[in-house]
Amino acid sequence: MSAVLPISESARTDEVAARSPRHGSWGDALFENLTRLFALLVFALLAAILISLVIGSELTLQKYGLGFLWSAQWDPVQENFGALVPIYGTLVTSLIAMLIGVPVSFGIALFLTELSPTWLKRPLGTAIELLAAIPSIIYGMWGLFVFAPLFQAHVQPALIESLGSVPGLGRLFAGPPLGIGMLTAGLILSIMVIPFIAAVMRDVFELVPPLLKESAYALGATTWEVMWRVVLPYTKVGVVGGIMLGLGRALGETMAVTFVIGNAYQLAASLMAPGNSIASALANEFTEAVGDVYFSALIELGLLLFLITTIVLAFSKLLLMRLARHEGART
Amino acid sequence: MWILGTLFYEGGAALLRAQLYYQMTPPPGDDGGLANAIGGSLVIVGTATLLGTPVGILAGTYLAEYGKKSWLAAATRFLNDVLLSAPSIVIGLFVYTVYVARAKHFSGLAGAIALALIVIPVVVRTTDDMLKLVPNSLREAAVALGCPTWKMIVLVTYRAARTGILTGILLALARISGETAPLLFTALNNQFWSLDLNRPMSNLPTVIFQFAMSPYADWHRLAWGGAALITLAVLGLNDVARVLFTRKD
Amino acid sequence: MNRPLIRTALRAGEPAPAVAELPAKLRVRHLNFYYGAYQALHDITLDIPANRVTAFIGPSGCGKSTLLRSFNRMYSLYPDQHAEGEVLLDSVNIIELARDLPLIRAKIGMVFQKPTPFPMSIYDNIAFGVRLFERLSKRQMDERVEWALTRAALWPEVRAKLEQSGDSLSGGQQQRLCIARCIAIKPEVLLLDEPCSALDPISTARIEELITELKNDYTVVLVTHNMQQAARVSDYTAYMYLGQLIEYGDTDTIFIKPQSKQTEDYITGRFG
Repeated sequence: MSAVLPISESARTDEVAARSPRHGSWGDALFENLTRLFALLVFALLAAILISLVIGSELTLQKYGLGFLWSAQWDPVQENFGALVPIYGTLVTSLIAMLIGVPVSFGIALFLTELSPTWLKRPLGTAIELLAAIPSIIYGMWGLFVFAPLFQAHVQPALIESLGSVPGLGRLFAGPPLGIGMLTAGLILSIMVIPFIAAVMRDVFELVPPLLKESAYALGATTWEVMWRVVLPYTKVGVVGGIMLGLGRALGETMAVTFVIGNAYQLAASLMAPGNSIASALANEFTEAVGDVYFSALIELGLLLFLITTIVLAFSKLLLMRLARHEGART
Repeated sequence: MWILGTLFYEGGAALLRAQLYYQMTPPPGDDGGLANAIGGSLVIVGTATLLGTPVGILAGTYLAEYGKKSWLAAATRFLNDVLLSAPSIVIGLFVYTVYVARAKHFSGLAGAIALALIVIPVVVRTTDDMLKLVPNSLREAAVALGCPTWKMIVLVTYRAARTGILTGILLALARISGETAPLLFTALNNQFWSLDLNRPMSNLPTVIFQFAMSPYADWHRLAWGGAALITLAVLGLNDVARVLFTRKD
Repeated sequence: MNRPLIRTALRAGEPAPAVAELPAKLRVRHLNFYYGAYQALHDITLDIPANRVTAFIGPSGCGKSTLLRSFNRMYSLYPDQHAEGEVLLDSVNIIELARDLPLIRAKIGMVFQKPTPFPMSIYDNIAFGVRLFERLSKRQMDERVEWALTRAALWPEVRAKLEQSGDSLSGGQQQRLCIARCIAIKPEVLLLDEPCSALDPISTARIEELITELKNDYTVVLVTHNMQQAARVSDYTAYMYLGQLIEYGDTDTIFIKPQSKQTEDYITGRFG
């Protein structure tokens, strides 16, 4: 049992009187202001990025104004620049990536959480996470050396044969099978964002309380109905967040696209044709650019890309906030 | 998996050749290795982590411990997310305009700064999240002992959140190891062995990019070797991070 | 240990002196407390006698923990909480104190509902608070750690594993570790906020036994939702309801013949 060790009262008061905090309250103020300073640095950084890009692109901003956005010209020799082709390329490749990536990711996440046998869950889940971690340049290389030749030899001819003659739609699939081009870039992007979106989706699906699913199954719902009517509404905030993250990644992706898009300044209706995206234009031309106007045009491209991704992010945040508020209002 | 398969099929042979590690990048047609690129990558990534991590941790600390729900914290969180989602090539562009263009030369340091700018938002985010997971009762217990707030943060909450924060740093490290875009016009490249931060510095991602885009078959082989090496490193870092994180729970 | 380990509400013996006859350690005067706009405490006035155990009881949400937490200004951690009035520790008003808050807090130890061992070794858990205020040699620190752990009746169980993490202990041991951590910096007052609510009956009995021993040297204030516990360990009891102090007096009176009808209803279980 415990022994009682009385402390001498006089000794204690002496010690207590003598003690003082070894580091005074200045330490507190110092630390708080130090951390606040660094938080403000994040602020300042973003402002600095915006400002420096605007200053850097001053020349073209003044020369072309808003016309820069819809001019398809890109002629370094005549110093005549317009951003339409790279903007178009960026949007189209990201659109393709999302059209393919979202349903496939949904399927993978569905399989992982609902259908997959337990022994397969872990290795498959780990594989997805690993794929999400691979640097994008690897995807680009693989796209250029492995995927593009196969695509050119086997898939593209078939697409051109079958869809090329359909009126309207056919224009998207016209032209020679080059292997590289916007469709390939979009596909590589989709392969790249799939593990990313799938991992997020799986995580949020697993957060659904089993009781909720079980009670739906108990009512006789099929797996599909449970997913579509119970799990998806329950997790839509997370799912939308994951998709938006994937979209942001696809829009700004440089390396994977640069390898396979073809880097040609032409506005082609066909998805088979080579094109250009903002990021790949920057990667390819920046170090070789001569002349102030050329430079300024490239920096303005970067500014545009930054604005696009920021708008996408802000939009998704807004959406998430509204969704969250709806949830709150309903309960 | 198919991707990993071809990667190691093409890169595996190159990985096993010792030259890869001690010879310089060759001109086309010659034999050589990636020693300068490997060294450069290590230096750039290391410097970036050293620069970015403290900034990220301190800013994240402000958000979680002081700012909490104030407007400044909310705004900083949003801007940090913007930074997090900013395309890496734009970050490279930024460092080019404010640093490289002023200094009039490419340099390893510029590359490290660009990568540090990618590290910061990741670390801010994880620090913020992980500190928020530390139960308030632990803070109260420290304060009740007469502990000043800053000591409480440094000695108690950091300690409680350290595995989480470390995981975040490792993930950031994994991410910048494979980043190519911001290095293209900051660190540039260098055919020779150089660890001088003030001069252009070779690095794996850029070398892979240049060599893979080139028409020479032997450069392609080296590119595959470099790609395999980077992938191994990145996957290794991820693995360590995952192990750390699960062991904590 | 010539006293029975656990007393009951029906113990016999000499009547306890009234609160007013004892020297007070803490004096609370017209204390109001607010969570944002919501007022949680209404004009509380009472004296906490030195070297006695005082218990706060009442249904959940009655403000007993809030009152306890205003004694060491714990609420200052949260910007939307504030208090008005006086809490005097030896004539220093804690509520108005601008500087030296850490010093006051070091005089007032606090143990929480759930054990809160710091993520460090058992030894460092104890040494942590001591190092904040005193610079001790390794040997002095060893002695202090042993002293505090002995005082908290934990020494025999942990003497061989001082370097292990505090998290490796059982819940009851962790709680005694937290008590030892408080004692180590030699406070004058011990605030215990439902210290046994997360513990099993055996650990609870040990802690209660410890509380009774500690009051020889410390002024102990105990918040508990467990009336039997209040009856067993406290000398004085305050019954609170909806942020107001309903009745305060020596424990026997409160439990055997309370003055207020409300208190009687609560004590006899007709309420709450």
